[in-house]
Amino acid sequence: MVLQTPPLEPVESIIPLADEDLKRKDYASDVDTRWCPGCGDYSILAQMQRGLSNLNVAPEKMVFVSGIGCSSRFPYYMNTYGMHSIHGRAPTIASGLKLSRPDLMVFVITGDGDALSIGGNHLLHVLRRNVDVKIFLFNNRIYGLTKGQYSPTSELGKVTKSSPIGTTERPLNPLSVALASEATFVARSFDTDPQHLTETIERAARHHGAAFVEILQNCNIFNDRAFADYTDRDVRDERLLYLEHGEPMLFGENKDKGLAVSATGLRVVDANGPDAGLILHHDATRPSPDVHQLLARCQYPEMPVPMGVIRQVTTPTYGDYLDSQIEVAKFKNRHDVTQLLKGRSTWQVE
Amino acid sequence: MTTTSTQTNGSGGSGMPIQERDRVTVRFAGDSGDGMQLAGNRFADATAVFGNDFSTLPDFPAEIRAPAGSLAGVSSFQISFSKHQIFTPGDEPDTLVAMNPAALKSHLSALTKGGLLVINEDAFTSGNLKKANYPSNPLSDGSLDGYRIIKAPITTAAVAAVDDLGLTNQNAERTKNFFALGLVYWLYDRDLQPTLDWIEERFGRLPNIAEANRRALFAGHAYGETTEIADAHVRVPPAVLTPGEYRTITGNQALVLGLITASHLTDLELFYGSYPITPASDVLVELAALREFGVRTFQAEDEISAIGTAIGAAYGGALGVTGTSGPGIALKSEALNLAVMTELPLIVLDVQRSGPSTGMPTKTEQTDLLQVMFGRNGESPLCVLAAKTPGDCFYMVLEAVRLAYQFVTPVVLLSDTYLANTAEPWPVPDVTQLDQIDIPYRKLEHVSPEEFEPYKRDPDTLARMFIPPGQPDLQHRIGGLEKSDITGDVAYSPENHQRMTDLRAEKIARIANFIPEVEIDGPESGNLLVLSWGSTYGAVFTAVNDAREAGHEVSHAHLQYMNPFPRNLGDVVSRYKKVLIPEANTGQLRMLIRANFLVDAQGYNEVTGQPLSARLLTERITQFASE
Repeated sequence: MVLQTPPLEPVESIIPLADEDLKRKDYASDVDTRWCPGCGDYSILAQMQRGLSNLNVAPEKMVFVSGIGCSSRFPYYMNTYGMHSIHGRAPTIASGLKLSRPDLMVFVITGDGDALSIGGNHLLHVLRRNVDVKIFLFNNRIYGLTKGQYSPTSELGKVTKSSPIGTTERPLNPLSVALASEATFVARSFDTDPQHLTETIERAARHHGAAFVEILQNCNIFNDRAFADYTDRDVRDERLLYLEHGEPMLFGENKDKGLAVSATGLRVVDANGPDAGLILHHDATRPSPDVHQLLARCQYPEMPVPMGVIRQVTTPTYGDYLDSQIEVAKFKNRHDVTQLLKGRSTWQVE
Repeated sequence: MTTTSTQTNGSGGSGMPIQERDRVTVRFAGDSGDGMQLAGNRFADATAVFGNDFSTLPDFPAEIRAPAGSLAGVSSFQISFSKHQIFTPGDEPDTLVAMNPAALKSHLSALTKGGLLVINEDAFTSGNLKKANYPSNPLSDGSLDGYRIIKAPITTAAVAAVDDLGLTNQNAERTKNFFALGLVYWLYDRDLQPTLDWIEERFGRLPNIAEANRRALFAGHAYGETTEIADAHVRVPPAVLTPGEYRTITGNQALVLGLITASHLTDLELFYGSYPITPASDVLVELAALREFGVRTFQAEDEISAIGTAIGAAYGGALGVTGTSGPGIALKSEALNLAVMTELPLIVLDVQRSGPSTGMPTKTEQTDLLQVMFGRNGESPLCVLAAKTPGDCFYMVLEAVRLAYQFVTPVVLLSDTYLANTAEPWPVPDVTQLDQIDIPYRKLEHVSPEEFEPYKRDPDTLARMFIPPGQPDLQHRIGGLEKSDITGDVAYSPENHQRMTDLRAEKIARIANFIPEVEIDGPESGNLLVLSWGSTYGAVFTAVNDAREAGHEVSHAHLQYMNPFPRNLGDVVSRYKKVLIPEANTGQLRMLIRANFLVDAQGYNEVTGQPLSARLLTERITQFASE
C-alpha cells in the first residue's frame, strides 16, 4: 500500500502555546542539582531552559524522558513532566508517549553509554521511524556514574578504570550512527558555547520529526578536557566549523579556510586561494545524507570539527502516518464493537 | 452471515443405518502443506452451525514448510463434538484422517483402540514410506489390524473430479483436503452448505479454484455415500446449549476482542506495543487490522521496546498494552519492574509456550507462572490473572484493565498456546450489559497543586494519585529510583524504603478485597480437593466428573486470580484431607500453595507440550482419592 502523505503542520498547530511570555525560570524545578561541581551538564541545563523558553510552549506540555547515567538525572531539574526510566530504553518510552499523546512535546535525555551501548538498538529505530521526539545525547566519552569505565565513544587505546592498559575497541561516531539511521534532524553542539547550544536546542525542538543532537560535554572528574583540543576558546575558531544552512563552509579566525570535495571525501582549501570557488555551501535540507555523512566524519586534527545543524529534512513522522491511517479507517470502515464481537458469522441457539 | 441451527439429514443411498453417538473426536493429520488446519476449521464451522458443542486442538510444527512427507512436517487438527457440553478437545480421537505415511506414523498411537482410520492410499508410495521410516507398508503388513480402515484414493479422486477445469497439477492436487473433508462430512452427517458459502466468500474472485474446491468436496461426500463403509455413518445430535447468539472463538481472538471492548468501555485509546512471537503474534496482527477502532499498534524493534512503548502510552493516559510469550517476558522483566516502581496501569499479555529457552514454540505449557510472579529484581509484587477457556480470555482482559486502573498497577494476564489456538462456541456478549470500567485519573482533572502528591494513596486501594502529563501546575517526575512516600521524590532513607516496600506489597494484597472468592464445585470440605488454574480448566473439570462417576467424592476449585489469591483460598485448601494440584508444569502453583498455606498439596504434572490428558488425570484422581 502506498502511504498517503499527510500535510505537515507547524509545531504550534499541534502543541498549544502558552498565553503569557515564558522565561527560563519557568522551566527550572526546585530540585537541587546533584552533578559534580564543574560538570558540563550545568551549562546544558541552563541552555535547555533558555532555549525552550523561546518556544513559549507551556512546561506542562513538555515531558523529559531519560535513561540511566549522569545525564539522565536531567528530568528532575526541569519543571516539566518527566520520567527517569531504565538504562537505554528512554527512546521506547518516549515513542509510546508521543504516539498516544501528540499534544505533548517529548524529549529524550541520554548519554554515550545509554544511547550507543545498552540502548543502541532503540536509538537506530526511533530515528529511522522518525517519531517526533527530541533526543539530546550528552557525549563525554566515559561512564561517569559508575566511576570511570570506557564508553562506546572512548577513543581506541584510552586508559580508563576498566581498560588499565588502554581500550582495544574503536569508538562509534554518534553523528554517523544517526545519519545511517536516516535521521531527519542531526546536529552537534557543546557545553561551553552557550549561545550556540541554546540556538541548536531551539532548532531541534522546532523540528517536526525525530531530532538528534550530540552535545559534547566535559566530565571534569573522569575524562577532563576530552574535547578541549578543539573547543577551548582560544582554538575554537581555527578548529571548529560552525555550519549554517546556505552559507559557505568557512572556518578560521579570519574565515580564511573552507571545505571542498576531494576525490575521497572533504578537504581543506584556502578561501583566498585558487580553489576558493570550490568551497561547499552547506545544504542541511539535501535529501541524500551523503555530504552530511562526510561532514560527520570530519575529525580533529585532520579536519575542523563541524558544529551546528548538519541535516534537517522534512518528511512525515511515524505519528503522522499512524494518525492518518486511523482517520482514514474510521471514515471508511464500520467501527461498531457489537458488530466486531459477532465476527464473521454467528448462529442462534433457541 | 447469521444462520439458524438446523438438523440436516445428509445421509444417502448406501443403505447403511446411521448410528447415534453422544460424542465424537476426529483428528485430521497431514503434511503442513496439505491444508489440514483449513479442513479442520471448516469442519468446526459446520459443526457449530449444526449445533453441537465442540472444542478444537490445532497442533502444527514451528517450521513453516518442513520437507514434504517428513515426520517433522506433520500438522494436525483435532475436533471433539458432542450433544452435551464439553470442556476439552478430547484425549484420543475416534477417527484419524491420515493424508500420508508420516501423518499415520505420528498420530496412530493416539487413536482409540478399534478406531476408524481414513487413509489417503495414494500417498503411501515407497518414497513417502521411507520418509516416515516405515520399513514396510502398514496398509498391507497387518500392523493396522484392530482398526477399522477406509482406504481412499484421495489424491487421484480429487484430481479426477477437477479434471476438466484446466488447473495445474499442483492446484488440482491441492483440492485433496476438500475431498477428505467431504468424505468426513458424510461420515458425520454434516451439512455442506456452510463450507460452500465459505468457498464462495473466500475464492469467489477465483472462480476456477472455487469450483475445484466445491467439486472435490462433493466428490468426497459422494465417495462416502457410494462406498460400503460399515459402522462408520454416525450422527451426533445437537447439544442443548444456553439459548442465545453464538460464534466460534479462539483465545487469541478473545484477547483482541477484550482489548477493543476495554478501550470502548473505558473510552481510552488502545496502544499495543509488541514484537512478533509465537503464539502471541495473532494478537498484534489482528489488532493492526482494526485501526477504525483507534487502535495504535506498534511493531517494536524488540521485546524491550514493545513494553517500553506500552509504558510510555500508559504514562500518557492511553490503554497501554504489550503482549508476548515466555521468552519475551524474560526480556521485558526490567521494564516491567519500572512499571511496578512507577506504579503505572499497564497490561501485559503472556501467551505461554513450552520452554526453557526457545523450547517448542508452537506447543503449550503453564510454565511462566513463577516467572511473572518473581522474575524481577527486588521485591516486586504485581497482579497476575489467568484465563481458563478461550472465551474467558475476553472477560479476563476486562478484569485486567479494571484492576490495572483501580489499583494503578501492572497486571499480567496468562494465556497459553492451547487457549490461543483452541476454538469453541462462545455466546456473544451484549456490550451494553458489560460493567463500565472506572478511570480514576479522570477524577483528578481539577485537583489543585496543594492537594496533589504523585504518591499520595487512596485509603482503600492504596492506588497512588496517577495523572498523565499535560495538566498545568502539577508537573512532577517519576522513575525507577526509590520514591519517597507521598511526594514521590527520590529517597534513600532506610525507613522510607521499608515503608514503600510494604506499601507496594499491601496494595497488591488488597486487590483480594475487590475480586470474587474462589468457588467450590462439590462438597465444601472432605477428602479431596482438586485445585487447578488457567487453561487446564476443561481437562480438570472433565476428569473430576469422571472420577465422581466412578464413585469418588471429589471437590474442584479453579483459580483465575493468581496474585493475589482469592481471599478465601487459604481457608478452602485447609478444609480437605488431601489437595491435588494438576498443572502443565512441574508444580508451580503447588509451590505457591504450599508456601502460602502450609498445606501438603500433591501434584499431577505433565510437561509434554500437549494439554493435560483428562483420562490420565482421572486415573490419578481416583487413585489419590482412595489412597
